Amino acid sequence: MVTVLDFFRNFPLDLLLIQTVNGIVTGMILALIASGLTLIFGIMDVVNFAHGELFMLGAYLGVLVIATTGNFWLALVVASLVIALLGAALQVVTLRPLIGRDPLMTILVTFGISLVLQNYALWQFGPVARKIPEPFSGHFNLFYLEYPWYRLVIAGLSAAIIGSFWMFLKYGTFGIWIRATTQDRTMAQAMGIPVPWVHTAVFAIGSGMAAASGVLFAPLVGVDHSMGLDWVLKGFIVVVVGGMGNLGGSIAAAIFVSLLESYASIWVSPSQAVIVSFVVLILTLLFRPTGLFVPTPK
Amino acid sequence: MTKIRDHHSIIFWTGFAVIVALLGVAPLVLPEFWRRFLTESLIWGLLAMASDGLTGYTGMISFGHSAFFGLGMYGAAAALILFSPPNLWLAIAFGLVASAAVALFVAYFSIRLRDIYFAITTLIFSQIFYVLIFTWTEVTGGENGLTFTRPRLSLFGLFPVRFTTTTMHWFVLAVVVLSYLLLRRVMHSPFGMVLQSIRENEARTRAIGYAVQRYKMVSVMLSGLFAGLAGVLYAVQKEFAAPDFVYFVVSGETVIYNVMGGIGTLVGPIVGAAFFLMLRETFSRFFTEHYLIPVGIIFIAMVIFTPQGLLGFARRWLNR
Amino acid sequence: MSAPATQSSAPSATPSAGPSASPSASPSASPSAPLVEVEGLHTYYGKSHILNGISLQVGPGEVVGLLGRNGVGKSTTLKTIMGLVRPSQGKVVYDGRSTAGMPSHKLARLGIGYVPEDRRIFRHLTVMENLRTGLDRGGVTEARKQELLGKVFAYFPVLAERRNQAGGTLSGGEQQMLAIARAMMLEPKIILLDEPTEGLMPRMVSQIGQIIAALHQEGVAILLVEQNVPLTLAASQRIYFMEKGAIRHESAASALKANDPIIHQYLGV
Repeated sequence: MVTVLDFFRNFPLDLLLIQTVNGIVTGMILALIASGLTLIFGIMDVVNFAHGELFMLGAYLGVLVIATTGNFWLALVVASLVIALLGAALQVVTLRPLIGRDPLMTILVTFGISLVLQNYALWQFGPVARKIPEPFSGHFNLFYLEYPWYRLVIAGLSAAIIGSFWMFLKYGTFGIWIRATTQDRTMAQAMGIPVPWVHTAVFAIGSGMAAASGVLFAPLVGVDHSMGLDWVLKGFIVVVVGGMGNLGGSIAAAIFVSLLESYASIWVSPSQAVIVSFVVLILTLLFRPTGLFVPTPK
Repeated sequence: MTKIRDHHSIIFWTGFAVIVALLGVAPLVLPEFWRRFLTESLIWGLLAMASDGLTGYTGMISFGHSAFFGLGMYGAAAALILFSPPNLWLAIAFGLVASAAVALFVAYFSIRLRDIYFAITTLIFSQIFYVLIFTWTEVTGGENGLTFTRPRLSLFGLFPVRFTTTTMHWFVLAVVVLSYLLLRRVMHSPFGMVLQSIRENEARTRAIGYAVQRYKMVSVMLSGLFAGLAGVLYAVQKEFAAPDFVYFVVSGETVIYNVMGGIGTLVGPIVGAAFFLMLRETFSRFFTEHYLIPVGIIFIAMVIFTPQGLLGFARRWLNR
Repeated sequence: MSAPATQSSAPSATPSAGPSASPSASPSASPSAPLVEVEGLHTYYGKSHILNGISLQVGPGEVVGLLGRNGVGKSTTLKTIMGLVRPSQGKVVYDGRSTAGMPSHKLARLGIGYVPEDRRIFRHLTVMENLRTGLDRGGVTEARKQELLGKVFAYFPVLAERRNQAGGTLSGGEQQMLAIARAMMLEPKIILLDEPTEGLMPRMVSQIGQIIAALHQEGVAILLVEQNVPLTLAASQRIYFMEKGAIRHESAASALKANDPIIHQYLGV
């Protein structure tokens, strides 16, 4: 019989704190991915199934750039820019023709794109996972663990990227255009805002963000052609839980879900810990379907 | 008007009979590989047709069909493993119950959501089941799945006869034809008309006084049942069950069959499935396992340029 | 359709509008060629035949009123000119060019301002940001931008006060002013005004009248859709009467009195 006191005595407090840090780190990467997803959905009503593949291709590009130049930061910039361009091209070729049609068609098209991109990666890079070395080593002591600095840095970088994007949205002409287009697409056009190009640019930005998260995340896991699938799924869960189109909500939800999963990993295996995010989703759908972190609509 | 309808009926049913006859005769003349190919096309066609009931007629795009299909498969597997000698009808029963249960569960949560949210939620649910099956290794065999022996075809336990490729094909053909007739009947009934009305304008249908949520629920379950049936057939044909089939990509491919074949036609998705599998076969010769690159591009092009699919132009005609 | 001859506006309480010909606002269109010409538009919404071959003209710098009951297609006409609705037949010619196939944002940049029914300001953007949606264009110097802002704040001092407030927090009348000010940021040659006085207090209504007069003074053409007959008669040079998707009657505003039987006929007032 385990008494309550025993429970607290045996409570793995240090493990909990380590997992908190891990959860925040993963959460920030997930937040970056989810930001791109929710941005694209909020502004264009497009559910971007291919988002995970853009993440994956960003990671692969990072691998290539590092293999040739050895410079991680260059990889980050190049991957983001190239994938942003790819995103813009995809949007112009496949999504623009669909404007005015049933928005569900965009799900189908982006799903098709994700299949093509995934298999393209498999074809070009093969099934064996690649790895990027951490851009700098160095650990600090977190309890009994040697915790790599790098992990904190990527969390910080993700936050920086999201933060600068938020600033960009708030100030600056383009930010106004994006916000106006989100609120009232028709009147935005009537005000001379070139809405089709705003859409392309938003898709490009979202793609770039996905690619950046791919490069940031690559040193932590192996890069392979199917890494996108899991993340896009988690991304969707986070976006629904955070409130579709709600940037702040997605970020909060991303960290929330990641923390819960990290804690769950203490007791169950990681592949089972994923169930936590599913449960959160189900609960959200049952009780607050507009999003957990959204103020109740009046 | 009746004259035209009779005229249409004659053409339709004659055509139908001809096609069924051709499909029936096919295994007698085709080489072994194509025999199996045809059977498999029919099974995936059944899955696509089931999905069409939900997507094409009720207007709810679902990415959850892999869960229904997969649970039908595992349900059948359970029956075939647990009971000896393996009984075909028990397998079907188990499979249908399993998929119906899953459909009920998924429907309960996702029904109140509209459009895109429904699609995403069904997708996530199929992933939930994937993870559950994948990790619950003791029961489901986890990653490796389950293998079992094919049951014999028998009526009330009498005269058990082993399936050959040909008889398997006929059995599947019979099930698919019956399913089609049943689904067709349902979609043309008053119930089906309400579903189509929901697709056209949900708010108005509700305003008229229909309990839209209930209709949607039944639609999901119906769709889930036939998808589960397809899963049972697949299990019986292939003699194994694996979590790969519960992965949402299978749902995605189902939607591809629907779009390629023509949603809202019931037969269209079957054609779409066959078309996709044909494309896969053809491209596999040149691209080996990367066939999805050209096929994916074709799919994207079809969504953009021919969203009505191969049979979509005949949609009105097929639904008279 | 007769070419719009310049008319003297009816004597009114509003200052400004003089009897001389209004200065041509656009150097490209000659004084006799219309700025906006609508020819034979047919538009359907589902099975409803909304626009039934409507044709009208607005000359450069002219204020033209469009009167008619609810549902005859006045708003749809404006939306079609703005490119928000595509007609199945007929054409719109602006500044000598057909607008067929031109996206709305291009038309806005070419000088068509649109102030819709129910205003539709960007609620979550501040007043300043709302104005900037029209102000932030290529080819406008910083000095010019300040000039435009100054002008608009002079017309609408209340907007200057509330410049950092979210659009959604403004009152109905203030939102209407913002909607008009926003359109003015485009330095338009013509402003399409859809029922600007709807739901406004009488004091605001006369303010709208003053603004229209001031815009007319600057040479901006206005196509005014309204239910408020006295305001329309006072502000416009010409009036069109619309019924069932087409123009049924045209008249100089000065020739009409507020209780004219024609008005009863087409407006049922």
